[in-house]
This record gives sequence, structure tokens and C-alpha cells, in this order.
Amino acid sequence: MNNAESFAELPVAPKPPLRRFHQARWDEPIIFELSAPGRRGVAVPEPGAPLVELPGSVRRAAPPKLPELAQLHVLRHYLRLSQENLGVDLNIDVGQGTCTMKYSPKVNDRFAAAVAEVHPLQHDDTVQGVLEIYWRLERMLAEISGMSRVSLQPGSGSAAIYANIAMIRAYHAARGEGHRDQVITTMFSHPSNAACAKTAGYEVVTLMPDADGLPDIEALRAAVGPRTAALMITNPEDTGIFNPRIREFVDLVHEAGGLACYDQANANGILGITRARDAGFDLCHFNLHKTFSTPHACGGPAAGACGVSEDLAPFLPGPVVAFDGESYRLETPPASIGKVRPFLGVTPNIVRAYAWIMALGAEGLRQVAETAVLNNNYLMHKVLQIPGASAPWDRRRVEQVRYSWQELSEETGVHSEEIGVRAADFGVHYWTSHHPYVVPEPFTLEPTESYSKEDLDEYAAILAHVADEARRDPEFVKGAPYNQTVHKIDMTPLDDPKEWAPTWRAYVRKHLS
Amino acid sequence: MTGGLVVGLVVNPVAGLGGAAGLKGSDGADVQRAALARGATPRAGERAARAVRTLLSRRPGVRLVTVPGPMGEDGVRAAGAGCDLVHPPHAGPGSVTTAEDTRRAVRALAGVDLLLFAGGDGTARDVLDAVAGLGGQAPPVLGIPAGVKVYSGCFAVSPAAAGFLAAGFDGRSTAEAEVVDLDEEGYRRGAVGPRLYGSLRVPAARAALSGRKTGSSGTEPATAEGIAREVVARMRPGVRYVLGPGATTRAVGRALGLATTLLGVDVVELAPGGTAEAATGGGSAGGRLVAADVSEAELLGLVTGRPAVVVLSVIGGQGFVLGRGNQQVSPRVLAAVLGGRRGGDALGEVLVVLATQQKLAALKGRPLLADSGDDDLDRTLRGHVRVITGYRESTIYRMCAASEEYDG
Ligand SMILES: Cc1ncc(COP(=O)(O)O)c(C=O)c1O
Repeated sequence: MNNAESFAELPVAPKPPLRRFHQARWDEPIIFELSAPGRRGVAVPEPGAPLVELPGSVRRAAPPKLPELAQLHVLRHYLRLSQENLGVDLNIDVGQGTCTMKYSPKVNDRFAAAVAEVHPLQHDDTVQGVLEIYWRLERMLAEISGMSRVSLQPGSGSAAIYANIAMIRAYHAARGEGHRDQVITTMFSHPSNAACAKTAGYEVVTLMPDADGLPDIEALRAAVGPRTAALMITNPEDTGIFNPRIREFVDLVHEAGGLACYDQANANGILGITRARDAGFDLCHFNLHKTFSTPHACGGPAAGACGVSEDLAPFLPGPVVAFDGESYRLETPPASIGKVRPFLGVTPNIVRAYAWIMALGAEGLRQVAETAVLNNNYLMHKVLQIPGASAPWDRRRVEQVRYSWQELSEETGVHSEEIGVRAADFGVHYWTSHHPYVVPEPFTLEPTESYSKEDLDEYAAILAHVADEARRDPEFVKGAPYNQTVHKIDMTPLDDPKEWAPTWRAYVRKHLS
Repeated sequence: MTGGLVVGLVVNPVAGLGGAAGLKGSDGADVQRAALARGATPRAGERAARAVRTLLSRRPGVRLVTVPGPMGEDGVRAAGAGCDLVHPPHAGPGSVTTAEDTRRAVRALAGVDLLLFAGGDGTARDVLDAVAGLGGQAPPVLGIPAGVKVYSGCFAVSPAAAGFLAAGFDGRSTAEAEVVDLDEEGYRRGAVGPRLYGSLRVPAARAALSGRKTGSSGTEPATAEGIAREVVARMRPGVRYVLGPGATTRAVGRALGLATTLLGVDVVELAPGGTAEAATGGGSAGGRLVAADVSEAELLGLVTGRPAVVVLSVIGGQGFVLGRGNQQVSPRVLAAVLGGRRGGDALGEVLVVLATQQKLAALKGRPLLADSGDDDLDRTLRGHVRVITGYRESTIYRMCAASEEYDG
């Protein structure tokens, strides 16, 4: 029998409803293992000038142990790795709910490249253009959030949340209220809020959702008091449900002398619709790599922005950019908490976010939110037609939904993670890091404004197909993936620090010697 | 996975009979007769068959052992499978099976690697009784939900889930799960609420951690150990701590280096010269057991006229904090602990409630319940209480009088 695919049957046959996807598997070694002594990307000619004598204190005794490769091999290495990946440029990346995976226009990379050669220690006078971009982006984010000042220094959302809690701590200390040692958050606020508060030494009080899926306001009333340092809350929460009483939450905390801090990492559903300061918040933060379309950069450096009210501006991380009407310069706020990362910020991302906002304008930003919400509700409509899928609480959602496969799982024994892994055989995926599982068998989908109706139809069709497979052949789904680079991952080494090797040097030390 | 696992099965054939008939339980021959008269059909065997089918499809090499007839064999045959039989002596006359039959079957199957039982909370109690008699020889068990009341933690969420869990059992990893039961007489009258009877060893549920974010810390925050550390860190010298029943409060005892009881109410304090820091700092010499498994009258004597704090864990799936399984902590005792202070704030200082975030999540927004037996006291308790959920972690949760919640 001839199983071959036709070479040139015309017209070209229509594609099957689900992609016959297959991920590459290159068995690619680590780049250090590809190194051979003496290989070079560029053969640099002799300088023909005397060598500069470096002082002994800065001269290396031995050359750095960098991999030595030809250009072709470097290029090939990284292209191969990129083929073993899924990401927003390759798949319908709506499964990273809470992560706001949107398209980052490629042209913005060109603008970012334009500042790539600027040195962070250059004198202010020589980087007036870059400082102007910082200043203008700060003013735009201040306008979007209603806050008075914004720091663009943090390199991630969690770093921005940490900077916020550090400012909260400094603010209370400056007023002789250092005894405030509790931070209130909610079960469905992003867990970085609880984590940062705890890292900063606070006791964390977490409000559980009530029967409607909203944080219990009566519980907040009972929780606030003289020990309250702050409320740190996401809204809409990770469920996609917007808390309509948010103003009352803020007021209750203010009455107790605490501050209110809004996690707006993902402001994609509310851009141009509502503002943190208008709800009374004292601090907020954005992830530029979510809402404002810069790349996530695999955990960094991405970019976070901290917005604060006038009262908190003296505590901002420094330096910040100041403008006297003529020129821009760096200054450190008087009661600054210090630096949360070196220098001013992740400049290429600042440029990308600036370009993105400038391209859209105020109207465009609002349209982003409206389209994202529309996309989400369309996808929700499709997903809820799949037998066994549900969206607990039956409430309106803004830009994302935390769904549940509980019914399917009880019937078939197939867990949500396993369905997500099987979906990867069709070139999409979702993640399920939503512990503790308040929503049983959870998955969170967040289609931003970037995806088309066809994309959302395809994604929902894949989920429907896998759910159906789970009913017909649960073992098959549990055995997935079949068409992926990596088949099964054993997570146990993650629990054993002795196995961890975040660098090549650590790997050599721990595993090769 | 190898197929060498030996799984036992015990079915309580009358479990679930009363439910459909609106009888709120199936304990007692009279109720069972009434249920059959109302047209109820036994379904426990069918549910056991569902679990067995799932188990065998996932792990075909498993050897099944059970007892003859409706207490096991019929369920296995209904699943189209084969099994070995053991023959315990039959307890009752005629064909009616009793609690004693369940206990005898469990004892006869003591040699298996895992014992599945189909029934409800009443059946779980019978299994618990039999297992307790077996001591260290007892196999881990797992409940197939088939009864009217299924509030105990030893049950899988569905018959199929029981099959999956059994198939995935590695023969070693177990966890403790609570057995609770309602007083059916009270339940029929509308006065609902479980009592804690003990705990059974069940297969540890698959670590629900695959798919987590890479680099997330390996320790789950909301463990009983974390809660215990927090309780101990808050302990002050010279204060007596009343530990109610339950696995979480027992973890507090363990953190203090004390063998406190699972079902009883115990009284502990920091050892002379001991500090909370010493106790939490890994050394567990910090505690002193003042009295174990005390009666209400003894407890009253121990807390009267001296500073005391009551530490209670949330019992079972319904959220009871007070009045179920801990009746020793009576209204008089609470009054003595309060020592004349009034109001919700004072109560918040002397009543510490413990629960993991998971346990609270399982309440799906329903409140915690108090049924102390004193309406005035229950009214005082109404409102929001602080619940310790981990080390330096807590939540504020709604509590209400059980009478209100169920009248409601
Ligand atoms: C609402 C929210 N807050 C905070 C964060 C943390 O941001 P980052 O991953 O950049 O640290 C995230 C990212 O997942 C988020 O979705």
C-alpha cells in the first residue's frame, strides 16, 4: 500500500481539521559540550598597534571558559533549540493563563536594537534620548494607572511586587508604624503577592473566596486592624472574575491605616477602562512583558513598572528620571528603598513598551482591552460546550477564565495536566501551576487581543478532541505526548537541591566531577 | 509497574440503600427493611464493580481476593473478573449482612497489599474497628463511595477514581485519612454533624505536582507541619493549650515532642524554661503534656483561673469546629477560658482554629460551623475567625451556628 503523501496533487488537498503536528527532536548537546579549542566565529586580524597594558588588578589570570564555536554552529545550535520549543511566535499561546501571551511586534525589536549599544554608565548628557523615552513611558503609565510616579527599574513582575512591598515597609517605618506586620491578600490574587510579602518578613493573611468566587469582604473587615500593613490584591483575580466591590476593600484597609497595592501585572482586561488610583490604591505594578507586549524573556530580564501615589513617591527605587523642562537627568528619591536591579531598568524593553503604546494611542489601548475580553468570552463559550469542562461560579469573566475538568476527570481518571500534555501533540499546550487546587483539575486560558477567531476555534477543537479521547481511551491520553521533543518529565529532581545546576559550572561541579 | 499487587475487596451490600429512599442512611436492619420496602435497589455491588473494572483496565496483573456472595464476589464477577475467595465465618442468621460481617471480612483479608471497601461512613467505621484490631499487620485501605453519607477522608471521589488510585498504588506510600460519621438518628431529625472516629492509612494520592512551574519549591505550604510550627511559635510560657482531636492538632503535639492523642482532648504547655523558639527550631523538647485525653470535668479544672487557649482543627468535610468530636470543650470550659472577657476579640485570642487551605477550599465557600450546645455561645462565635493555614500564614473565615446553617 502506498502511504506516501502526494507531491503535487492539484488543487492542494484541504488540511485535516486537526494539525498533524510533530515537534523536532535534535538531541542537541549543551553548547559547552560543542566547544572545541581554537574554534572562532570571527578571525580577528592582529591589531597592528601596541596592546593596551591592563592593570594587574583587572587582568584575568586565565581566559574565561567560554564555548569556542564557529558562527554556523552557534546559529544551528540555537535554531535547533528554538524548534524544540513552543511559544507565542509559534503556537496559539492562550494556555498560559495569567501570563498574557500577546504578539510582540517585530518592528519594536528594531527600535530596541537601536539602543542596544548604549552603555549604562554613559553620562546623562550623552543619553538624553533614552532618558526621554523613560520619562515619557513613565508619564504614560502614570496616566494609565492614575498614579503620580512610576519606577521602570524592576526586571520582572515579581521584582516589581517586591519593590512595592519594600516601599510599603519603608513608608510605615518612616511614620513610626513599623509594628504593622501583616499583609492581606486573596486566594486568587497572583501568588507572587503572598510570596513577596513573606520574603519581606510579613505574616500573610489570605482571604478565601466566598460562595460566589469573590474574596469575602466580611472576612476582610475582620482581618484589618492595627497590624495591617497592606492589602495586596489582583483584580480581576486569576479566575478572570472582577471584584466589583474593590473600592470598599481599599477603603476598609485605609481606615485601618494600611496601604492598598494593586497587582496589575495583567491589566489587559481593564486598559483604558478603569484605573488603580481611581479605586483608591496607593501602589500598583504592571508587567510590561504582559500588558505592554514586551517579550517575557523566559523569566528575565523582562520588565516591571511600579506606580505610586504622591505620598509614596519619596520611597521609589532609584534612580528615576527627572525632567526640568529642558533636559533629563537621573536622581534618587530622598527616602528611596535603593536599587531593585542595577542601573535604570531593562532599556530594550522600555523602548519596546514605549513603541507599542505610541503605535496604539489611547483609543487603541482601550480597544486592546475590549478585544481581549471579547476573545475570552468567545473562547469560554466554545470551551463550555465541551462535555466535562466547566467554569466554576458561573460568573462573568473579564480577560481570562480558570476552568475545571473535574467532571471529566472523575469520569475518566485523566487529570488536567495530562490533557494539557496531550494537547501539546497538536502544537498547543496549557499549564496548571495553580496550587492549591481551589478549582479542582484546573486550567486557565487567556486569549489576549492577538488571536484570531480561527485560532480560538482551533484551540477549542483540540481541547474537545482530547476530552473525547479521554473518554474513549484514557490510557492513551495518559501516555501522551507522542509527537513532542520530550516525552515524559520526571519532576523529582526539582525537589532535590543536590541535583540543581543553574549554570554549566555548577553542572560540572555537581555531576561531572 | 509490576502486577504483583494483591488487592482485597469488601462490599457492604446494604450501603446506600437508605439514601434514595430518603432515609438519610442505612444503619440498622429496620431502616434497611424500610428502604427495600420503598423500592430501593442495592447499588454498592455495582459501584464496587465500577472500581474493579477501572483497576483491572489500568493494571491487569492485579490479583483480587474477596469474600463470597454480595460482600465482594458478586461485584468482581459483575466486572467480568476473576478472584480468589476467603471464607470468614458468617455472623448473622439468614442472608442479612451486618457490621460484624464487614469486620470479619476485613480480618480475613488482612494479608492483602491494599483493601478496597465499598460503603459509606458507617462502613468506614467498621473497617476502622477491624483494622485497629490488626495493629501493625493492617493493610492500607481505600473507600469506594457507595453509602448515603460519605464525609470521611478515606474515600476516593468516585468509584472510578478509587480504581485509578488503587492501580497507581506503589505498595508503600500512604497517608492518614480521617474517618468521620454522623449520628444517623440526629441526622434524620435534621441535627447534622460528624464525629471523628479515627484515622485509616490510605494510599497517598498521586503527588498532584506534575506540571508545576519549574523551580517552584518542593514543599507544599499548607501542610499540618507548617500549621503546627505556627501554633508552637505563638505559644507563650505559663499558658495552657487545649488541643482538640484531629490529625492537625496532633501535629502540634508532635512539634512539641509530645505524643498527644488523635481522638482525645489533650492539654499541653511550654516546658519550664522552654521557649517557642526552641520548640520550632527543630529541637522538639519545648513541650510538656499536662494531661492527655481529658474529660470535660477534668478540662474545666485544668483551665479554670489560669490563662488558657483552645486549639481546634476543622473536622471532616462539613466544617465543624465546635461540638463534634470535641464535646469536652463545653460551653462551661469556654466560659472559663474566656474568664469574664467578652466579645469576638476576646474569643479570637483564646480560640485558635487550624485547617489547611485545601480543607477550607473543599468547603466551597460554606462557613465553618459551631454547635457548642449553648445558643448564646454559638451566637458569640458567629462571625469571622482567624484560621491558621501554615507557618506565618492564616486566613479569616466565616463561622456560624450549625443550627442557623441547617435551618437556613
Ligand atoms: C497577576 C500577576 N502578578 C504577578 C506576576 C509575576 O510576574 P513575573 O512572572 O514577571 O515575576 C504574574 C505573572 O505570572 C501575574 O500574572
